[in-house]
Amino acid sequence: MTGAAGGRARSAPLLGRDAEPTIFELSVTGRHAVQLRTTDVPATPLDELVDAGQLREAPVGLPEVSERDLVGHFTRLSHRQFSVDLGAYPLGSCTMKYNPKAFDELAALPGLADVHPASPPSLSQGWLELLCDLERELCAVTGMHAATLQPAAGAAGELTGLLLMRAYHASNGEARTKVVIPDSAHGTNPASVTLGGYETVTVPSDSRGLVDVAALRAVLDRDVAGIMLTNPNTLGLFEEEIQEIAAAVHEVGGLLYYDGANLNAILGVVRPGDMGFDVVHLNLHKTFATPHGGGGPGAGPVAVSERLAPFLPGPLPRRGEDGAVEWWTPPRSIGRLHSWHGNAVVLARAHAYLRLHGADGLLRVAQRAVLNANWLRQRLSATYAAAFDRPCMHEVVLTASALKKSSGVRALDVAKRLLEEGFHAPTVYFPLVVDEALMVEPTETESLQTLEALAEAFERIAEEAAADPEGAHAAPRTTPVRRLDEALAARHLVATEDDRTAT
Amino acid sequence: MSDYLPHTDAEIAEMLGFLGLGGLDELFSAVPAAVRLAGGLDLEPGRPEPDVVAEVQALAARNRPVGRDLVCFAGAGAYDHEVPAVVRALASRSEFVTAYTPYQAEVAQGVLQAVFEYQTMVSRLAGLPVANASLYDGASALVEGINLATGASGRQAVLVSDGVHPHWRAVARTLAAGTGHELAAMPLADDVGRTTLAVPTGVAPASIGAVVVAQPNWFGTVEDLAAARAFADELGALLVVAMDPVAAGVLRSPGASGADVVVGEGQALGTRLSFGGPYLGLFACSRAQVRRLPGRLVGETVDADGTRGYVTTLRAREQDIRREKATSNVCTNQTLMAVTAAIQLSWLGPRGLHEVATRCAQGAHYCHDQLVAQPGVTATSSAPFLREFAVTTAAPADTVLSRLADEGFLGGVSAATLEHGPARTEEGPLERVVVVAVTERRTRAEIDAFAAAFGKAAR
Repeated sequence: MTGAAGGRARSAPLLGRDAEPTIFELSVTGRHAVQLRTTDVPATPLDELVDAGQLREAPVGLPEVSERDLVGHFTRLSHRQFSVDLGAYPLGSCTMKYNPKAFDELAALPGLADVHPASPPSLSQGWLELLCDLERELCAVTGMHAATLQPAAGAAGELTGLLLMRAYHASNGEARTKVVIPDSAHGTNPASVTLGGYETVTVPSDSRGLVDVAALRAVLDRDVAGIMLTNPNTLGLFEEEIQEIAAAVHEVGGLLYYDGANLNAILGVVRPGDMGFDVVHLNLHKTFATPHGGGGPGAGPVAVSERLAPFLPGPLPRRGEDGAVEWWTPPRSIGRLHSWHGNAVVLARAHAYLRLHGADGLLRVAQRAVLNANWLRQRLSATYAAAFDRPCMHEVVLTASALKKSSGVRALDVAKRLLEEGFHAPTVYFPLVVDEALMVEPTETESLQTLEALAEAFERIAEEAAADPEGAHAAPRTTPVRRLDEALAARHLVATEDDRTAT
Repeated sequence: MSDYLPHTDAEIAEMLGFLGLGGLDELFSAVPAAVRLAGGLDLEPGRPEPDVVAEVQALAARNRPVGRDLVCFAGAGAYDHEVPAVVRALASRSEFVTAYTPYQAEVAQGVLQAVFEYQTMVSRLAGLPVANASLYDGASALVEGINLATGASGRQAVLVSDGVHPHWRAVARTLAAGTGHELAAMPLADDVGRTTLAVPTGVAPASIGAVVVAQPNWFGTVEDLAAARAFADELGALLVVAMDPVAAGVLRSPGASGADVVVGEGQALGTRLSFGGPYLGLFACSRAQVRRLPGRLVGETVDADGTRGYVTTLRAREQDIRREKATSNVCTNQTLMAVTAAIQLSWLGPRGLHEVATRCAQGAHYCHDQLVAQPGVTATSSAPFLREFAVTTAAPADTVLSRLADEGFLGGVSAATLEHGPARTEEGPLERVVVVAVTERRTRAEIDAFAAAFGKAAR
């Protein structure tokens, strides 16, 4: 094999491992960076414009730094940060694929970024067309009829979907109270169920890691509003009995909700609509490569089947007969879900991604995502057992259970050692149904060479665990900080500069 | 073929061989044939990056952005503030942009520390000790504030001033269908002035868990927070204040005025107009409520060597741990916008933020005086305002704004359109009300030209 690993990040950082002072510690009274436009507006004293009793006594305690120090501080902070650009980020369930730079430039175009959200349609046809196009594209990908682009994240999409289910059942004169989720579900699912006004009913996974259909049938009754599933599931396994599951839920009048977090595995292969799902949310920051931003922004559009379309959140963009796009609210809309139109610039990035890849490109994405994950599973099979010993889809859940038994080295230690090896760690301790879980999702944008280097790192960690478990417990040693005391952070909350200086 | 995939044909063949598979299609053998897509997705084939860039540029060219050719006097939670090159450059560093949630804190000290600094700044703006790492926008922050207050008080009803942004109130109504909270409205004096602090008929005072007002309200009126605090005390309810973070540069902080929870929209802190998103939900509360704080929270700690560092903390509140018992479902939030806000607020500094807010007020009052001197334009109320105000026009507001756009001005927002939607069938009291915002970017010459055009358009 030729080629070094393009996704290994052991060659950073540059100088030193001190803590970076806070921006407040860099401040000096009287220093400033701000420069404001010359306006010649009459400078009436503020207390002639607003009652003095309404005014602050002293300015807000903000940093006082020069522009030069502002740049130094945040540049150095950026050097203390792992990112997809830096190296492989196999964080299961998050789909940390490459974020195309061309779309950063599109996101910064004044024609997109400097448009006021209250602009009437006559001033924003470009945006309205883009949103219409994206709706059509997302419906094509999922096999659904219509969509809302308002939800600002996957969890917001989940709650939207649950409220749509509620509205649908209410329109049939029914007030169902329960939603079923598998025990492997992501935590946002039951949290959203509660906020949707429903009670969570959990069904176990069977010995193959899939929804236990018999157990599911046992809990299905006309009080069940629906089931929330992701497919492939959080174990990276395809729910092979999805048609049986759909039939059983539909038979009691329930609806099927698709959590789109794992859509990357099935693009162009199978569509949620064809599997029987009635409501689908997509995570644009996962499947469609919009950058994760350190924890957001994302976007969680929701696509629905025809019978749920009348309830969609509004306003939504709709092409009129004259070809112009207008804002329209469906007749039985559940209402607004976002202060404006959703995370519009994130939506624009996803649209560009969809246009670039097209039908053929999206299939290639899914194929290589699943190929990469299976290659890793097979490559590591001698050292790390997969939770389920059969082919996976776009992610594989390994377990460090045996390693823990033999050496005391746990999934957490493996994760920290991987950081020393120049990779971001996989997701650990999720899903909850697997002991010492390591959820590895390489994504399709990592090369074979990077996968090989990642596999070698995993193997080295396992080898050294037996001889030197303390080394694993002490990891990471080469990162800007060593293992952090999370218990102390919770016990003694310091969430602002003022908390620290007060103690 | 257009994509970002690294695999060569030779590598794919090698990998398939390693797996004992004959082709890529065999990777999907677990998918039942009956559901598999036969003919491929109903999308056009992919196109190379330069083609797609040109296509999106063409779409962008069909919008009218604010700028010299469309001078911005519209606000309503989305403001045309000075965002300097240095803020854009730092906030667009790919280490911040392409990172994800700091699950492995040792390699995420950049984002974690930036968010810690942001939390400090929001806390100081709000005048409350704890601020979270962000929510989606002002609307979702309002909803989380309502959820916290009802949860903390055990009461299900909430009084929401009509002065809170109409879209946020609409979102709160949508989500109340799930939580079962009862939302009741408090009207404004003269439709645009201060909140009439009274319990609406049909609402039991003992059921009220929170009183919500905006400061300033969405018509720009500066509210009497002391009166709101006293009213909430009478009811035994919490006071939730929706804060404008720029106005907070000069106004007494909501915390100092007695707010229990502060929510808000942080777009004005370094984020471009962006056609409405991604924006930034601000959230702050007291220490007593920290166990109910929604979303992520960064805390300071030390590492194994005693070096200062940062982690996400009080994780047991969150959805991945508490699951159906979590008080919020927020996972991905708007971290990049929070980091941007920290950078923008650091660039502004205390005197910069004070100056910006002051100039907004000076510009708004100068503009107001010019506008109401025009025929066809009157002051909607005499309520005190800071950086935004309402005027009443002879012609309907939508008509006025359409005429102004032809003259090169985004003249404000139509109050009736925001409150009732563009497809409204009835004319209400807001039909001829335009809400105008003036930021520190507006020059006297722009305001004078705007006023002249407004006078013509308002007839």
